[in-house]
Amino acid sequence: MSIIKIKDAIYEYFKRDENGEVMETVQAVAGVTIDIEQGEFVAILGHNGSGKSTLAKHLNAILKPTRGTIYVKEMDTREDRYLLDIRQTTGMVFQNPDNQIIGTVVEEDVAFGPENLGVPTKEIWDRVLKSLEAVNMTAYREQSPNKLSGGQKQRIAIAGVMAMEPECIVLDEPTAMLDPLGRKDVVEAITELNQKKKITIILITHNMDEVIGADKVYVMDHGKVVLKGTPREIFSDVETMKQYGLEVPAPTELAYRLKKAGLSIRTDILTKDELVEQLCQLN
Amino acid sequence: MSIKLENVNYIYAQGTAYEKQALKDVTLEIQKGEFIGLAGHTGSGKSTLIQHLNGLEKATSGTITYDGQNIYDKNFDLDALRMKVGLTFQYPEYQLFEPTVFEDVCFGPKNQKLDKEEVEERAREALRLVGLSKEFYDKSPFQLSGGQKRRVAIAGVLAMNPDYLILDEPAAGLDPIGRTEILDQIKRLHEEKGIAVILVSHSMEDLANYVDRMIVMNHGEKVFDDKTKNVFAHYKELEWIGLSAPAVTYIMDELKQKGFPVSTDVIHMDDAEREILNVIKGGGQRS
Repeated sequence: MSIIKIKDAIYEYFKRDENGEVMETVQAVAGVTIDIEQGEFVAILGHNGSGKSTLAKHLNAILKPTRGTIYVKEMDTREDRYLLDIRQTTGMVFQNPDNQIIGTVVEEDVAFGPENLGVPTKEIWDRVLKSLEAVNMTAYREQSPNKLSGGQKQRIAIAGVMAMEPECIVLDEPTAMLDPLGRKDVVEAITELNQKKKITIILITHNMDEVIGADKVYVMDHGKVVLKGTPREIFSDVETMKQYGLEVPAPTELAYRLKKAGLSIRTDILTKDELVEQLCQLN
Repeated sequence: MSIKLENVNYIYAQGTAYEKQALKDVTLEIQKGEFIGLAGHTGSGKSTLIQHLNGLEKATSGTITYDGQNIYDKNFDLDALRMKVGLTFQYPEYQLFEPTVFEDVCFGPKNQKLDKEEVEERAREALRLVGLSKEFYDKSPFQLSGGQKRRVAIAGVLAMNPDYLILDEPAAGLDPIGRTEILDQIKRLHEEKGIAVILVSHSMEDLANYVDRMIVMNHGEKVFDDKTKNVFAHYKELEWIGLSAPAVTYIMDELKQKGFPVSTDVIHMDDAEREILNVIKGGGQRS
């Protein structure tokens, strides 16, 4: 069953000059059709300005399409009466953890969402505990968020979304500001939510290594979906990826270069181990 | 010509419940003209360290000298130091505020009390160095892309003619092309003007590709300070402190373990490619 259905979505905005006259119309999203299945782990790639963040903001009705439709569990995002239900179904996590944390104590911050949904107090605490456990941050529940590292803060932000018990979480470059360890922690937390709790994940990122575990990858360019496939299918076409201003994981890039230099080696390689195995077979 | 730190300690919120030693006995010297990388996980003391280099923070103990002069001397001109040691923070595009790109870049030199001609000459030169042509001069900074805005912010610091340029994560949040563009631009700047660059980065790939020397911080201490290649050879220790080596280093290490006669201090994709081809095409046998 699909949880999100995007059909021919177009999002337009106007660029205005100093006098407020419309200079041009820009289509940030230019006709996108995507079906996301319940429980899927979907990654969206694309260079800055390709429209991926604009599209993401449509998934919980922060933005509404100029034309076309977006359904979140059969609810049309253009209809205001669904707004609360949509936002409870799809939670969002943004790039900068410091802009998303409001509580002075970790557990209070995580409780903020369910509190605003009118969840009974006892259940709030149950949810807070479960959410903190899911992102491996239980030990920090009574600490002040501003003493945490970037990766820890981002996991608190994810727990805060979790506590609203969404069926789907959209993460817009959640690791862009983090160090390598913080990045790893966040990706592990996301993967676990997807595998254990069956939460649908939509991850927007520039970091190709984070995409390897996804079920499906969509590549956006100029507001359109230009490539779609499994990570292996998408990354094996190194030249096309470069054309869209993107990279591929290092083992894939190295395999591609070795192939070009004349080695008979597979190019649909994603990991270090796969590459090493291929090279062992050659020698 | 150098910035020299000797036994620098920095303790913040001293005497309160939040007391924390952010720098522990740090000794290092940065020569004019170097291209240095600074790495360390969040909270390792990197940011505190760079804020000491131009006197934004004052060491609790230890000395810092700029060209041999103690910067904590009563007569030392800290304002002049801040012109000489330029610093851009993370996400510097949030610090743009003038109506046009050109005026924004003029802000620094204008405050140096230079005459108008000199100010504008500096701004033009700085914008040229970051690769922004005349067509951008009259645009609002807010009309630009993320990478362009960031280059305006860097130009703003360059316009003050610094001898040292400290950049805190200049490529964070940019896409692969944006990253390469800005880092190439910084490298060119370093080569063309001889400005010393201190690049703070979480990307081990970027550090491997751009810097000659790497300083690694952990819990406020300097744990490595060596040629980039030599530092990445310690990738196990780097992992213990939340960092890593470039992906190609791990590939070569694994190949070595499988018996391929390759060296394991490879940090660039080009070198990895060359070595593997040599071994396989040259008929090198696995042992």
